[in-house]
Amino acid sequence: MASSLAIDGLEAGYGTVRVLNGLSLTVGAGETVALLGTNGNGKSTLMKCIMGLAVPMAGSIRAEIDGVTHELAGARTEDIVSLGIALVPEGRRLFPRLSVEENLTLGAYRPAARAGLRRGLEYCFEAFPRLAERRRQLAGSMSGGEQQMLALGRALMSEPRILLVDEPSVGLAPLLVKRTIEKIRELKESRNLTVLMAEQNFVQALSIADRGYVIVHGEIAFTGNSAAELNDNELIRKFYMGL
Amino acid sequence: MTGDAPLSRPPMGTLAFWCWAAAFTGVVYLAGRWVTNDYVFFAGYIVLQYVLLATAWNILGGYAGYVNFGTAAFFAIGAYISTALNKWLGLPLPVLILAGAAVCGLIGLLMGGLTLKLQGVFFSIATLALAIVTQALITNWEYVGGAAGAYVIRPSRGPLGGSYVEYLFYTMLLLATLAVCIARTVERSAAGYGLAAIRDDEAAAEAAGVPTMKLKVATTVLSGALMGAAGAPLPFFVTYLDPPSAFNLAVAVNTIAMPLVGGTATWIGPVIGAVLLSIVQEAAMVTISSAVNLLLVGLIMIGFITLAPNGIMGLLRGRRR
Repeated sequence: MASSLAIDGLEAGYGTVRVLNGLSLTVGAGETVALLGTNGNGKSTLMKCIMGLAVPMAGSIRAEIDGVTHELAGARTEDIVSLGIALVPEGRRLFPRLSVEENLTLGAYRPAARAGLRRGLEYCFEAFPRLAERRRQLAGSMSGGEQQMLALGRALMSEPRILLVDEPSVGLAPLLVKRTIEKIRELKESRNLTVLMAEQNFVQALSIADRGYVIVHGEIAFTGNSAAELNDNELIRKFYMGL
Repeated sequence: MTGDAPLSRPPMGTLAFWCWAAAFTGVVYLAGRWVTNDYVFFAGYIVLQYVLLATAWNILGGYAGYVNFGTAAFFAIGAYISTALNKWLGLPLPVLILAGAAVCGLIGLLMGGLTLKLQGVFFSIATLALAIVTQALITNWEYVGGAAGAYVIRPSRGPLGGSYVEYLFYTMLLLATLAVCIARTVERSAAGYGLAAIRDDEAAAEAAGVPTMKLKVATTVLSGALMGAAGAPLPFFVTYLDPPSAFNLAVAVNTIAMPLVGGTATWIGPVIGAVLLSIVQEAAMVTISSAVNLLLVGLIMIGFITLAPNGIMGLLRGRRR
């Protein structure tokens, strides 16, 4: 079952500030695509546009899910989640005063996902045994790594077909970044997801990405059709790796 | 995980709770028939009115974290709608209560639609503005007495036998119990989860697919309607209604203080807070002076905010929540 994403000529911003300037990219069915770029280039704004949390000024965002194409630009977030698109927000954005289990439960808020609540919880506790141990603990009292696992789990609870991950490495120790990225790969394979991941940590992101885009000032500055191509790119070597 | 129903919290089912609440109401009613001193009903009415107001406030302020400073507006509108309809058509009290609730629900819808895009403190300021605007409007509404106020003639006997104050007490008992049941049902429903998520991190709730705007507007309507219902019997209780008493500062302050003292996360918090604070105030009014009660509320509120920010329920539950 194919789920893919095609973004065309997307323009968005806040007030008079333009953040995305005609950005186009595609995420093919079953692909893991990395969206690379430093702070302030529009990665999070793109994620917000896809989720309907920010409203684009122009352009289209099309999601194809099980052979049906949906236009996401202008759609409501709750409907976008219902379609099968989930976001792991930057900085995790858990509900700190709710328990681990309540956080997960909220991931299955959409009526369609509620039916699968039990199954989803079981899946999450199996995929992240730490969460099972800490089921009744408040999310805000957990370590950064555990919180990132919970954020991933919460996103999976809506039974997504397309998973958006915004900067999973933020605020995590290098070893935990590696584990998180590895976990995303694992989940992607076991749940047959299509993944778009925004990341600043190039080396880690490229370790699981099939392809990648480099975003600069709200535009795609470089398209790498393989991880190797991105690795060898001058732009990346210059700006992001200091080579 | 033991077979929890989707998106609901054990242990007591909602239906069971409603049954217990109905039984409680019945017992109080039967006990009340033995009471001959009208003061008991006077004092009891005040306590129950605050249980109703605090519970109504908490559905929005506690569950969703949206602080409404406009309680007095909803309460007074309920009272004035009831006064006006009574003067115009002489309708029975239950109808007046429904009318007050309906109008206040509608005002909640309008206010919610206009102001709930504002988050946090901005919403609170807008509710404060509503209270001021409403007071100005009602002060100039001559049909219900304007600034001078209006006398409402209260029948001496209630329709159930006993005094009319006794009847008002039972009416308020029913309304308060109903409100508590509604609050608990909301709390344990999917909507309750959604509201808790909004309180914790609204943007994240939105991203997770919680229909935040719909939930907030629906909650404001419900909360406003209950506050309106609380105000509707007031003209018959006080028999003389003027804007300063309908828009009494005590109402606004108490309605926020009571859930804070009891604990805002659950239905029981506002009930405990309302019973406790209104009894303390009633006692102070009778024993010390009628002016000292708000001072007491202020002191108690400061004490709780500094020492037990999660209220009595927070103290009882320890670190949890």
